[in-house]
Amino acid sequence: MMLMKRRDFLKVGAAASAMASLYGCAGGGKASGHVVVVGGGYGGATVAKYLRMWSEGGVQVTLIERNPTFISCPISNLVIGGTKTMEDITVSYDGLKSKWGVRVVQDDVVAVDSAKKTISLKAGGAMSYDRLVLSPGVDFMFDQIPGLNNADAQSKILHAWKAGAQTVALRKQLESMKDGGTYAIAIPKAPYRCPPGPYERACLVANYFKEHKPKSKVVILDANEDVMSKKGLFTKAWADLYKGMVEYRNNSEVKDVEVATNTAVLEFDKFKADVLNVIPPHRAGDIAAKSGIKLINNRWVDINWLSMESTSTPGIHVLGDAVFPAPTMPKSGHMANQHGKLAAAAILNMLSGQEPNPEPVVMNTCYSFVDAKNVIHVSSVHQYDAATKTVQPVKGAGGVSAARNELEGKVAMGWAKNIWADMLT
Amino acid sequence: MKLFAPLAALCLLAMTSTSQAADPNLGRNLAATCANCHGTNGNAVKGAGLDSLAGVPKDKILQKLSEFKSGDKPASIMHQISKGYTDSQLDLIATYFAAQK
Repeated sequence: MMLMKRRDFLKVGAAASAMASLYGCAGGGKASGHVVVVGGGYGGATVAKYLRMWSEGGVQVTLIERNPTFISCPISNLVIGGTKTMEDITVSYDGLKSKWGVRVVQDDVVAVDSAKKTISLKAGGAMSYDRLVLSPGVDFMFDQIPGLNNADAQSKILHAWKAGAQTVALRKQLESMKDGGTYAIAIPKAPYRCPPGPYERACLVANYFKEHKPKSKVVILDANEDVMSKKGLFTKAWADLYKGMVEYRNNSEVKDVEVATNTAVLEFDKFKADVLNVIPPHRAGDIAAKSGIKLINNRWVDINWLSMESTSTPGIHVLGDAVFPAPTMPKSGHMANQHGKLAAAAILNMLSGQEPNPEPVVMNTCYSFVDAKNVIHVSSVHQYDAATKTVQPVKGAGGVSAARNELEGKVAMGWAKNIWADMLT
Repeated sequence: MKLFAPLAALCLLAMTSTSQAADPNLGRNLAATCANCHGTNGNAVKGAGLDSLAGVPKDKILQKLSEFKSGDKPASIMHQISKGYTDSQLDLIATYFAAQK
């Protein structure tokens, strides 16, 4: 009596597939349409390539990026430390154009009209989209540090937290500094871009001093209570490799700066440095707020983790450092690349009338150099959880290096070459 | 009962097809999470020192992954990452890479 006859099964199958076509797969053809991507960093370049690749050219993609070439933030601390050059961290957008058929436009987006589904360009003119992807990275809240809130101050007290001209300029300041001088790096309260990045930079500047200016010092002014990433490994590197050179100060938020004397103003104290490197607090890139999509704490974009789509504004997806992070999720280039793939898959489903993948996974790997050769990593895997409607870190997975090692120094450069190729060629 | 069985089956099929249907591109999507290090579709950059996975037989990939997961195979990072995926997800990933050129 439990046996289902073949003809019954066929009937059921036919009925079910009729229902499926009514519900799940209505209009389930090949994806087509025009997707505009704003920002060609780790998130934007990835979503542009994967949309073209996975739609087999069916979806038109325009990438709008203000810079002529891609310059990587990851690995840029090695340029500041003097062991890599700008050329080593620069990649052309030509591969996206010629190999993948992405239309790359060098311009700035100044406005988004989500009702009309158009964007306006700085150079003039507008562009319409079926779906818009914003991957704008971060912009700095200079108003939180009044003395830094003007162009002159910003040309003297650098952040170098976006790779490019500031990377080169900070390197020059370090080269010009006398032996016996002090370099201070100020870290904002979390969340900020690249949690281990400031500590890596402290190591690599100390590495440069150790070899070239051994009487000099590195001071870390951290607004946070403690080292935010790979704590044991970084503190061991400071003790083992740079004894007496690196000083870590927690709860040391920079409230203001005195530009004339290179002085950081803390709550109860002041700190004068020879090279003062202040990373101001940041928020989602300006275009996110301008486009009128919902921000959390007036800073980060609230998104749906099944699609990276704004919770307030259908048709706009947001990637990378600009989004309000899921639990324990770092703001990293690697993670932005993963966001790009999650969004590409979801957008192609949505453009062909299907629901996004209900069980997305993203993962992170982040390598930090503690000297020119030795590296430490942190990794994590995040799976979508329907109950909390976010991606949650998998317990028992991920972790950090057992100890700093040269093997991972080689792997870190291999990571860079592979992820740049995964985005851009 | 004979009437009810097909109905129950129909409901099950309908449920899976509307609420919890696996995405037909699930394997592709999962494998893409590996591409940051192992290259787009498993084609790692030559000479960069990381393993290409494209075209590697499925059972070979699965064996490596299970050894990473159990801790039998020493690794710098894969023992941590492989634990983040279920066995069925790893199966989909290995199937996808094995089919790539």
